[in-house]
Amino acid sequence: MTITKYTEEHEWLRVDGDEVIVGITEYATEQLGDLVFVELPEVGATIAKGDDAATIESVKAASEITMPLDGEITEVNSAIVDDPAKVNEDPMEDGWFFKISLTNKADFDDLMTEEDYKDHIA
Amino acid sequence: MDQLKRTALYDSHLALGGKIVPFAGYEMPVQYPMGVLKEHLHTRAAAGLFDVGHMGQAMIRGGGWEDIALAFETLVPVDVLGLADGRQRYGFFTNDAGGIEDDLMFARLSDALFVVVNAACKDADFARMKAVFGEKLDILDRGLIALQGPKAEDVLAGLNSDARKMRFMDVATLDLNGSPCVVSRSGYSGEDGFEISVPQAAVAGLAEALLAHDAVEPIGLGARDSLRLEAGLCLYGSDLDQTTSPVEAGLTWAIQKSRRKGGVREGGFPGADVILAQFDTGPQRRRVGLLPEGKAPMRPGTALFAAEDGAAIGAITSGGFGPSAGGPISMGYVTTDFADEGRLLYGEVRGKKMPVKVAAMPFVAPGYKR
Repeated sequence: MTITKYTEEHEWLRVDGDEVIVGITEYATEQLGDLVFVELPEVGATIAKGDDAATIESVKAASEITMPLDGEITEVNSAIVDDPAKVNEDPMEDGWFFKISLTNKADFDDLMTEEDYKDHIA
Repeated sequence: MDQLKRTALYDSHLALGGKIVPFAGYEMPVQYPMGVLKEHLHTRAAAGLFDVGHMGQAMIRGGGWEDIALAFETLVPVDVLGLADGRQRYGFFTNDAGGIEDDLMFARLSDALFVVVNAACKDADFARMKAVFGEKLDILDRGLIALQGPKAEDVLAGLNSDARKMRFMDVATLDLNGSPCVVSRSGYSGEDGFEISVPQAAVAGLAEALLAHDAVEPIGLGARDSLRLEAGLCLYGSDLDQTTSPVEAGLTWAIQKSRRKGGVREGGFPGADVILAQFDTGPQRRRVGLLPEGKAPMRPGTALFAAEDGAAIGAITSGGFGPSAGGPISMGYVTTDFADEGRLLYGEVRGKKMPVKVAAMPFVAPGYKR
């Protein structure tokens, strides 16, 4: 079974082979409103946890998506750049942002579980 | 800080799932469950209902139309005297420096003048009018709703068929849902539509009757802003303020010949010398439409440059995503030398200079029924 973990910044992470897929939660999309612009990082970029990885703009405002854990960007979802509405339509699947090769795989285990996250947004 | 106020529709907003935010001293809905984007598109396709009850309303009466009109002309650079009965005009209060204190709509109802001003400026506006009109000024405690969109006429005609007889900027007293309402065929969305001043006790019932129509959805402040931006209309406090002159703002169309140099009632309003001189010399800066070349919206405050290096030549005052335009749209002020349509400029977004072109407004074709 695939485990999905969460950050306080409303990102989800899911293990996919040697990589981790990153997206934003449904709660985040509800708070942001309709996305109209997405800018993703370059494949191959190594980004530290907490640094800006992507930029999104909703009808209301611009926000930064921070790197959830130290790692290297291995793939980005260019479909959401072409059609940002995909993020609102399916944030947990088709609306994923990028894949990371984690610097320390064990970091993943320290993230919030779904239950923790539900408490976090309650 | 003062307690936030509520309009008569506050409970209706909550019942409809409206997300409430503070705006101009009021608790107002920024969006409903439909979301800003779909609310915007719905208004352009069918009809949207907006609560604008936070705005200020006043009636000036007594002493005859000519007295009222000429006295009001001491506050605005607009031809008030020439306004026909049952017609409305756009105008603005100016200050001695030639800046704009607020923009407004005013209408003639027989020998009375009906005025609607912005919520954030209304106390100052009422004081300004009180100083001129004294007891003739009646500050109205009434609700105000706007019904906007191509289906607005059909919807309102369902309550009173006389709505069909009105054309753009007509004003009439219509009985709606059992209450006497002051209705104007106008709005701030770029669509055909109506603004309806209604007794407070009857607002919720009227809103409910309009929302009962399949074509009508409640629309929040978010879509109200993107609709007016696409329509190229100014938001006071963003695109107009005490330091912007009507000439810089491109609002000279609202200053009729009678109030300009050589006109029969030339000047006679605050800042007339400054404003009328700008008609001859041209302004130092102008309000322009701006179309970012990329997909990133350019928000208010974005600095504008003539080249990728050098000093700023202006700034964006309103900007975001235009759902009907299908991309980012903005308006702002630039030095007159760079205000020509088609001019390539650069806006600084997150430290990067991004291309943006000076463009004609409105960004979408208006649907007014003239």
